[in-house]
Amino acid sequence: MTRLGDQVLKVRSKNAGPFWVTIDVFCGSETAYKAVVGKLASDRVAALFHADLAAVKRFDIADLHVIKFSIPRPVVQGSRWDRDMHGAQWACLLEELELEP
Amino acid sequence: MPTRVLVPSGVLGLGFDRGALARGVAMKPDIIAIDGGSTDSGPFSLGAGQSKYARAATKSEWRELMLARAVAGVPLVIGTAGTCGADQTVDWMYDITRELAAELGQTLRVARLYSSQPAVRVVSAMAQGRLTPLPPAPEVTPEGLAAMTNIVALAGAEQVQEALRTGADIIIAGRTTDTATIAALPLMRGDHAGAAWHGAKIAECGALCSTNPTSGVIVVDFDENGFTVEAMHETALCTPHSVSAHMLYENTDPFILYEPGGHLDVTGARYRALDARRVRVEGSKWVPGPYTVKLEGAKVAGYQTTIMAVLRSRHYVAHAKAWVEKLTSYLNGAIGARMGLSAQDYTLEFRLIGVDSALGGQENRAGDPVEVGVLGIVTARTQEEAAEIGKLINPFVLHYPLTEDEELPTFAFPYSPATTDRGALYEFALNHVMALDNPMDAFRLVVTEVGA
Repeated sequence: MTRLGDQVLKVRSKNAGPFWVTIDVFCGSETAYKAVVGKLASDRVAALFHADLAAVKRFDIADLHVIKFSIPRPVVQGSRWDRDMHGAQWACLLEELELEP
Repeated sequence: MPTRVLVPSGVLGLGFDRGALARGVAMKPDIIAIDGGSTDSGPFSLGAGQSKYARAATKSEWRELMLARAVAGVPLVIGTAGTCGADQTVDWMYDITRELAAELGQTLRVARLYSSQPAVRVVSAMAQGRLTPLPPAPEVTPEGLAAMTNIVALAGAEQVQEALRTGADIIIAGRTTDTATIAALPLMRGDHAGAAWHGAKIAECGALCSTNPTSGVIVVDFDENGFTVEAMHETALCTPHSVSAHMLYENTDPFILYEPGGHLDVTGARYRALDARRVRVEGSKWVPGPYTVKLEGAKVAGYQTTIMAVLRSRHYVAHAKAWVEKLTSYLNGAIGARMGLSAQDYTLEFRLIGVDSALGGQENRAGDPVEVGVLGIVTARTQEEAAEIGKLINPFVLHYPLTEDEELPTFAFPYSPATTDRGALYEFALNHVMALDNPMDAFRLVVTEVGA
């Protein structure tokens, strides 16, 4: 099994306003993009973040070799139960996700 | 008419390269536009009506931009002044501007664009069906709106244009969209609308759209067909990839961007390298829509006291989760018994640093940490109540045993007193748009002369 982070250039996450976190997978090359885009099922990504699949937005952007996911925050940025003000550590979970064979 | 916009950096207070700024000024821009804030660091700035950045940092950078403006002889615009763009932070920025004008011997016409919203305006918009929630939006009620400490509306290009028409040398704008201060002049001069908004989005974080993100300074040329972007630092290159990738940044949808009065669609945009440094973009589309402005609001959600302990003993590190669950349940009982408080009155939460403090329930790895930090967060109805709970739990956070038959442990407290009063906890309480008949209906402009 290989982890997504080992196959791509960079995975980053960040708030997109206080109510969403957006995660960008920069594959770095067409080869890497093609190798991972089919192995990242949206339902697995939703499950990873305990999110409702129907609420997850996904963009496969071949021109940029980027796969982007936007996920509603389970708790609003900065509210009582928030643990990550900028949502930047969310990327670690996706980076460590083991790709499907 | 072609319009050249100089963007010194993504936000005032984060710094920019001086040489790059000088090169930008030498290119004779038509306007200098910079952003002053965002919601990115959390609800405190808007809740409290305070800038996140130090006054000294803001003043020293604003000084350089005021000097650059004097050389360029063009308007200098800051959007979302003082991090949140509430009226208080616009006035804070205005005070800094007045001080600098006196120090630099500049005589200036300054326009302040205020974006704060009285709750009654939003309440009546709600009654008239002019308030629309954006998913996922918090519930709002008239009482809830009245209790918010600050509500701001995000101004678009129209309000910034109104300020430009006053002939101001400097415009200090309250909350605006990230793009409005950059798009305003090109739109006013009839440049391509899709290009104006798209170029503004690309430039809003300064050199983040280039290969040297921290160098700050960007120049964008707008015209009737598109825009061209160039970074001013010698080593910063704008490439089709670096530019197009910026549409991903802090944006849930990389092709669509909503603004007051419509949205930008970049699905058909084409990015072309003019040379090693510059990128030309054409094909972006502006789609007009109803005139709505986005609202942001913050409220006090309680008051907090925190406590921190560190577990180093192998026994407690290995059983940190079990220990903290047992401790929490014991403390909730003690708080109920001794202070007469119930679960609606307060919350007590412990986060285990070294275990899952960043991701909580989403964490899927378990390690073998050397030590575990225990961050206790008390949220109550008043600061006094939170502080009292903090004092009540303090000895137990220090000494609570995992099992009854073992000696009392003593964990590491990093400081005395072990508790810290954090003041108000603010929360974002609006994710709504408000429809306006006239763009200036929810904004006001004040123009004054300052300086010698």
